[in-house]
Amino acid sequence: MSATRPLHLAAEIGGPPRYDAGSHVALARLAEQGTLDYVTLDDSFARPGPDALAVLARVAPATTRIGLVPTVTTTHTEPFHVSSAVATLDWVSKGRAGWQADVSATEAEARLFGRRSAAPAAALWREAGEVADVGARLWDSWEDDAEIRDVATGRFVDRDKLHYVDFEGGTFSVRGPAIVPRPPQGHPVTVIDGTSGPAREPAARYADVVHVRATSPEQAESLAGDLRRRAAAHGRDPGTLRVLAALTVDLGDAETAPEPGLGSGPRPAGPGTYFRGGPVDLAEHITRWHRGGAVDGFHLTPIAPERDLERIVNGTVALLQHRSLFRTFYPGGTLREHLGLARPAGRLAAASTSEPQS
Amino acid sequence: MHLAAHFPGVNSTTVWADPRSRSQIDFSSFEHLARTAERGRFDFFFLAEGLRLREHNGRIHDLDVVGRPESLTVLNALAAVTDRLGLAATVNATFNEPYELARRLATLDHLSAGRAAWNVVTSSDAFTGENFRRGGYLDRADRYTRAAEFVATARELWDSWTPDGTSRPFTHSGPQFDIAGEFTVPRSPQGHPVVIQAGDSGEGREFAASTADVIFTRHGTLEAGRTFYADVKGRLAKYGRQPEDLKIMPGVTVVLGDTDAEAQHNAAEIRAQQVSPQNAILALEQVWGRDLSAYDPDGPLPDIDPDPASSLVQGRVRVADPLAVAAKWRALSEAKGLSIRRTVIESTARQSFIGSPVTVAAELTRFVADDAADGFILVPHLTPGGLDGFVDRVVPLLQESGAFRSEYTGSTLRSHLGLAEPVWKG
Ligand SMILES: Cc1cc2nc3c(=O)[nH]c(=O)nc-3n(C[C@H](O)[C@H](O)[C@H](O)COP(=O)(O)O)c2cc1C
Repeated sequence: MSATRPLHLAAEIGGPPRYDAGSHVALARLAEQGTLDYVTLDDSFARPGPDALAVLARVAPATTRIGLVPTVTTTHTEPFHVSSAVATLDWVSKGRAGWQADVSATEAEARLFGRRSAAPAAALWREAGEVADVGARLWDSWEDDAEIRDVATGRFVDRDKLHYVDFEGGTFSVRGPAIVPRPPQGHPVTVIDGTSGPAREPAARYADVVHVRATSPEQAESLAGDLRRRAAAHGRDPGTLRVLAALTVDLGDAETAPEPGLGSGPRPAGPGTYFRGGPVDLAEHITRWHRGGAVDGFHLTPIAPERDLERIVNGTVALLQHRSLFRTFYPGGTLREHLGLARPAGRLAAASTSEPQS
Repeated sequence: MHLAAHFPGVNSTTVWADPRSRSQIDFSSFEHLARTAERGRFDFFFLAEGLRLREHNGRIHDLDVVGRPESLTVLNALAAVTDRLGLAATVNATFNEPYELARRLATLDHLSAGRAAWNVVTSSDAFTGENFRRGGYLDRADRYTRAAEFVATARELWDSWTPDGTSRPFTHSGPQFDIAGEFTVPRSPQGHPVVIQAGDSGEGREFAASTADVIFTRHGTLEAGRTFYADVKGRLAKYGRQPEDLKIMPGVTVVLGDTDAEAQHNAAEIRAQQVSPQNAILALEQVWGRDLSAYDPDGPLPDIDPDPASSLVQGRVRVADPLAVAAKWRALSEAKGLSIRRTVIESTARQSFIGSPVTVAAELTRFVADDAADGFILVPHLTPGGLDGFVDRVVPLLQESGAFRSEYTGSTLRSHLGLAEPVWKG
């Protein structure tokens, strides 16, 4: 990949659980000051923390440009609700929504619902792929111009522009159409961590952005290459897949920490490779990997969000901007525009009509 | 008096054809109505829910507003642009699971600093179920059984953290749900989000009496309201509850004018907008259960009988006794010489309060004084400006007379409604 590809940066604003809106709003605004593409908020049914999609919906009106990407799990949730909630996040944020699809693999999570027992990762990720698939079909189940408000005929919608999806998955089926009109981005952005074997296939097939955990640029490049090959095999243009390296970042207390670089040995919990150093070291690290063409950008998980995100924005990002490696303003309004991804056309337009199939 | 604002949406009373009607989906519409309600010091803002697009005669219904956002997500966003207004989401108990929904509701309560409410509805039709893993498996008879255990389980989860912030494992083992683990959200500002019930059967009323904080009803006339009020309040004692523990709030519409005569004139115009020629035939088909598209809306009612076994209508509450309704409509039409459209306009009127601001303020006050309601859920016919006139012209009168608050005295929805903090059951 050429070094002139735009650099994409995203940051996790989770960390220790917080339940008030104020701290989340402050972190998202900070990330927005740094013109980051998006913030993520991790979630799981099994450890303390509020519902991530709800938090980012609360953040939406308090921000204007930053993309909002909550983790949404697909194992014990209803695909129809997931699709509606993500579409609604896109409506309330005026086109800034994404979702990071994840699975619930443990028996402890299964017990919270009591509907099914824990299943192997391969089955869960197959299902996650189906949820992403039906979600996108539901987003397409309304054509963009389905609402007509035709006073002469008394019709609010043109029912020929609403489509049943009639999706039959391995574990669920959905009739459709969506109850939420097609969201502003057409499809909110789908993000998947594609590092693990079982997640790789759904990531290559359905994700717009893939996070990869790699300890070297070579490893990252090989993961990205694999993902792009698989995407192509599914008929996708591999150039529309954004691959971001996941990095857990500890910017410590000093301007430049004594041992910059990727740490080895035991690491604090968090996704991705553990990076310890100062803001300048982090900028060097990002520049090196991005120049080499291994990845399109980075998803940074600060160890201590309040401290580290401030250093990322005012230190690392400022330096990358100074070197003209990262943009200084948002040229567009939607998350897809930040990522350089086109707004997808609806795919169901000619595929079916609203006549029931008998 | 308690007041709530219903966002006008998917129903035949929302007038989308009016030039003042704006988007039904843009966040700005929700923001406008919520801010208006808060300016009027309303108790809460209310969102309905429908989990499948309605169908008529086997095709997607296209005459009324179609489509809406997902309630809890919109309400979380509205929490950012309001300070005191309660935020009520209608969420179905049949197509959700207690752990996930209790968590989403507790999250809204935290993010809004104590303003969350849940309107528990219970759909069991297989039509809606086709969008869900579970399918339409639930018998009509079982839906309130599940709803009651659902609410009880949610409260167990909300009580699983101690008020001082310690999480303790929960176990719920019942006929509907068998679950265990740890809840991820600490006790929220209201302890338990406010629970609203909407549904009118005996089971529905019993469910509300045993467990709800607010009941949303359709009984909008003084007489029907008084009967309903006495019935529901009378059911509370056997659950060890006091009459003031359950607020009764009918959904009502208001049409204003400078004078009563002008208001009547405005109301007639709105009715004509609501019952378009196409909607008149549709309303007729909903009662008759037959395709009547060949009939002229300005002509007489059909002389064939309704089909009581019809499945023409999907996704909305069915007419309970179509033969009786048809007989009533025929009698009205014959007595007054009314066309189909005029008959529908006269028979389906839902405008409860029509008059000058002074008249409407007095009527609303009388309903509360006469035990027909504890307050009202106002259902405007226009999005999003439909409550502007009420808040500007009626609310000040209610405030002057002391019938309605001039300022919020508390910050949580429970405090607006005068409901006690739920006792923590550790
Ligand atoms: C005033 C009122 C509002 C309602 N709003 C909704 C709604 O928004 N979504 C929904 O699915 N059902 C709604 N319902 C339907 C009820 O939850 C319930 O399913 C229906 O009334 C049948 O229950 P019942 O037999 O107890 O009346 C509403 C009912 C009433 C009376």
